[in-house]
Amino acid sequence: MSRSSKAYIAGIYEHPTRKALDKTIPQLHAEVALGALQDAGLTKDDVDGYFCDGDAPGLGGASMAEYMGLDLTYTDTTETGGSSYVLHVGHAMQAIAAGKCSVALVTLAGRPRAEGLATLGARNRGEVPELGFELPYGPVITNMYGMAAMRHMHEYGTTSEQLAWIKVAASHHAQHNEHAMLRDVVTVEDVVNSPMIADPLHRLDCCVISDGGGALVIVSPEVAKSIGDRCVKILGQGEAIKHLNAGKVDLTYTGAVKSGPIAFEEANLTPADMDYASIYDSFTITVLETIEDLGFCAKGEGGKFVSDGNLISGTGKLPFNTDGGGLCNNHPSNRGGMTKVIEAVRQLRGEAHPKVQVPDCTLALAHGTGGSIGTRMGSATVILGSNDA
Amino acid sequence: MSAQERTYPEPAISMETERYWEATKQGKLLLKKCNSCDGTYFYPRATCPHCLSGDTDWFEASGKGKIYTYSVMRRAQVPYAIAYVTLEEGVTMMTNIVECDLDGLAIDQEVEVTFRTTEGDQALPVFRPVS
Ligand SMILES: [Zn+2]
Repeated sequence: MSRSSKAYIAGIYEHPTRKALDKTIPQLHAEVALGALQDAGLTKDDVDGYFCDGDAPGLGGASMAEYMGLDLTYTDTTETGGSSYVLHVGHAMQAIAAGKCSVALVTLAGRPRAEGLATLGARNRGEVPELGFELPYGPVITNMYGMAAMRHMHEYGTTSEQLAWIKVAASHHAQHNEHAMLRDVVTVEDVVNSPMIADPLHRLDCCVISDGGGALVIVSPEVAKSIGDRCVKILGQGEAIKHLNAGKVDLTYTGAVKSGPIAFEEANLTPADMDYASIYDSFTITVLETIEDLGFCAKGEGGKFVSDGNLISGTGKLPFNTDGGGLCNNHPSNRGGMTKVIEAVRQLRGEAHPKVQVPDCTLALAHGTGGSIGTRMGSATVILGSNDA
Repeated sequence: MSAQERTYPEPAISMETERYWEATKQGKLLLKKCNSCDGTYFYPRATCPHCLSGDTDWFEASGKGKIYTYSVMRRAQVPYAIAYVTLEEGVTMMTNIVECDLDGLAIDQEVEVTFRTTEGDQALPVFRPVS
């Protein structure tokens, strides 16, 4: 069948570096941009739309546009943390459909390892209204996700062993990725016996910290036609913000409860139609809650769903994060949405590693969670299809 | 019981929240309530997040609540418990649990407010188990 699409992903590139001691952030942006444009068979002079977020140095998209010599008629610097690029896919599709641009470039780059930075930067503290009621209590990314996991366990009986299966699946995939930071296959026992970081999350429940970046080139149907069948269709996208809701706090779900249904409806598809899923995996609990929220299983059933290798390609019903994900491969600049889209495109082109390639992969999902599931987040879901989908 | 506690950073205070931090110095936990829609909310702010009315007032909370969730931060110089506590008034706030056995905490445990001096000599509301 041939589904219609308002825009296509024509080029992808993931930077191979995991520690960029000798490169600046603008340089990394330019390198991933070039990589994605070459992958699409285009040049920077074809680009008329540019998308980046707060990790791009300078004034919105202007400084990087100047650095890379881009001539733009459209820019978008929507910032939702690590999910930004999944929103950018949707925004680029809308801009292209509206005729505002025809070749959109999305870039991400950062070097938190080289700079020795922890995961929470001291950015934008000015008059952020919630700050005084949170920072004094020592919230860090690990204990915020820990609190979400603790509550999910309390309400649904989710166990550490079930969460561990998510890392186990990621490690099975990462063993085949030569660039992955953690390539050793781990067991459930390895995960639950690793040091406790923030109850109930162990070290191996956490993602890696890495330098690097990635880029996407999103083009109009006309441009896609000239490029050929490696272009991947954007079939649907949804996004949502979730926060602490005036003090009515519920940490057992994410913004995916809204972004997922919007994306599936636009694509006229359901979770059962997905051959592959890239799910944001800052922590194991992020994956578990998201899988429930996207409707791959009922709320509270995530622990059972992810167990026994159900997320392992070739073994389970829902192959996920076949590059090893943030849990094992990389998490460039502490922002994992970009690589989620990139691996989904690889799967739909049939260009994933042969050991993890899903046979006849036609329909795939990529989901990003930015910010924190312990407080406020931007969530975004895209549904993608292969060229013959 | 952990004898040693972490140092508490000074909270960021704005014109909207000065009153809250004046009260904590007197050992009181204040919340905000909206006169237009009757809604209570946290964190305190000048405009009601339920209806955007600017007609809002402070009132003193009972200081009693239950742990909604928590996490013990093991990877810190001084391990500490961060938590969300649901107050009797129905709102849930981020806080720390103090004067407790870090290995003996539980969701739904009853707690009450107490205060700690921060850097910059402000007073921070935290909670301890009800004995
Ligand atoms: Zn109101």
